[in-house]
Amino acid sequence: MSARLRWRKFVSGFMLTMTGVCALVAVSVLFFILGYLVYHGGTSISWNFFTKLPVPVGETGGGMANAILGSAKMLLLASLFGVPIGFLGAIYLAEFSGGTVAFVVRYAADLLNGVPSIVIGIFAYSLVVHPFKQYSTLAGGFALGLMMIPITLRSTEEFLRGVPNALREAAMALGASKWKTIASVIVPAAYRGILTAVLLAFARVAGETAPLLFTALGNQFWSPGWVQPTASLPVMIYTYALAPYDDWHRQAWAAGLVLLGLILVINIVARAILSRGIAVPRS
Amino acid sequence: MHATVRPALFVNLPPIVTSAAARETASALSMRMTITKVNFFYGSKQVLFDVSMGVATNKVTSLIVPSGCGKSTLLRTLNRMHETVRNARLEGEILLDGQNIFAQDVTAHRRRVGMVFQRPNPFPKSIFDNVAYGLRINGSKSPISEAVEKSLRHAALWDEVKDHLHKSAYELSGGQQQRLCIARALAVEPEVLLLDEPCSALDPISTAKIEELLVQLKDLCTIVTVTHNMQQAARISDFTAFLLIGQLIEFSPTPQLFTTPGDPRTEAYITGRFG
Repeated sequence: MSARLRWRKFVSGFMLTMTGVCALVAVSVLFFILGYLVYHGGTSISWNFFTKLPVPVGETGGGMANAILGSAKMLLLASLFGVPIGFLGAIYLAEFSGGTVAFVVRYAADLLNGVPSIVIGIFAYSLVVHPFKQYSTLAGGFALGLMMIPITLRSTEEFLRGVPNALREAAMALGASKWKTIASVIVPAAYRGILTAVLLAFARVAGETAPLLFTALGNQFWSPGWVQPTASLPVMIYTYALAPYDDWHRQAWAAGLVLLGLILVINIVARAILSRGIAVPRS
Repeated sequence: MHATVRPALFVNLPPIVTSAAARETASALSMRMTITKVNFFYGSKQVLFDVSMGVATNKVTSLIVPSGCGKSTLLRTLNRMHETVRNARLEGEILLDGQNIFAQDVTAHRRRVGMVFQRPNPFPKSIFDNVAYGLRINGSKSPISEAVEKSLRHAALWDEVKDHLHKSAYELSGGQQQRLCIARALAVEPEVLLLDEPCSALDPISTAKIEELLVQLKDLCTIVTVTHNMQQAARISDFTAFLLIGQLIEFSPTPQLFTTPGDPRTEAYITGRFG
């Protein structure tokens, strides 16, 4: 074997190994984080974590029930606010708009998607918190909802565009109006993709901390109604992880584990939805 | 002059086609649709030039269109599907039962003039729901399951699918899917059924089934089909129009067009000198 050929074989083998190693690194990051969270947080998770309020420093025990409920309430608000806007906007983009309008909306959505979440937080602060002089669940939900709009819009649009044009024509040739076509053929054909997109948007904002820092603020108590400051899991993690108490650190790990678990479950559900029902074949 | 009062079938044709005998044939027929001096543009590009012809009631009319440009355009204008394309513009007049189709509500018009496309395009729904779709969106009062069975029988598909109506339409073969699309179009009881190269994506056996079906269906409705397959036009149609690069070269009863073509270009095509 000539030296030249040996060298070429070596380069080929080396590059192949490198790609494999990089792929391994990419997946192992997730498993490393997961393992680390389970290791540190697993021991601190108990029934109390889900049902009890936080306790003052020095006392052991207590939980983050208020943060779990606060996160749930804000995510509900965010979904009610962000998903319909993103969804209907996507229908406009994919089915009605002309080239220029679509370009502008799409570009704006991409920019909005790229706006740092802390800036979204400041925006929500000046729009909702500042005028009413009140941190609230509402403001937090609004900030998270703003973040859901571009994610939902862009991915829903992609899935709507993926529906073959032949289906639009088939419905319209049967005398369906444009809206009827969209409601009875296009959206049902794309609904699994859309649902997945919504779930992923949900999972994405579920872990956002920055937009909540000065909208929902966070506290150590229950937050009845919608217009009081409320605790949330990400902000709790932030506060507890920075505090100088070991007990709080353990609680923060547990909260991180719960949050990641939630996101994993949503992802798995999304995958499960995607693999069911009648799929439109790609033509 | 109003289009319905003239023998629209043979407007604008070389003299040999508009022979006395042909004129008689034409005037004896009732015209479901008449197309008068239709020019069609995509932006500034013209794809149809002064096309005039008629569509005889309860007959099969074939459009033979060898060139790719505007192959299905003429067919799509008949149920106004061309309006879904940006920059598309039509000049001229098209009548359905003597009424200008562009003066009608577009969705109402498309219920009267159904369309089957080149590739089978069933909805991602069950077989039953596919056929029922047109009935449901039109708020049909008649019992849906009976209408679905009737349509599937008309499309010669009933016996093959009656035991699994609630399976996905995508589990059918290509030929079955195309017959399902025909059944779906028939369910709303259109007066005219347009078929855009309905067999081009199918194997010969499926093609034969659909051709046979079309000949039977003409008792039910008027049929217009586009094809680039001359043998198919000869087998199934009563009238054949030959279009070349957007111009209507010849339009005659099918036997006449294939035995004594009136234009050298038609003859060149049917004898296989090109195409």
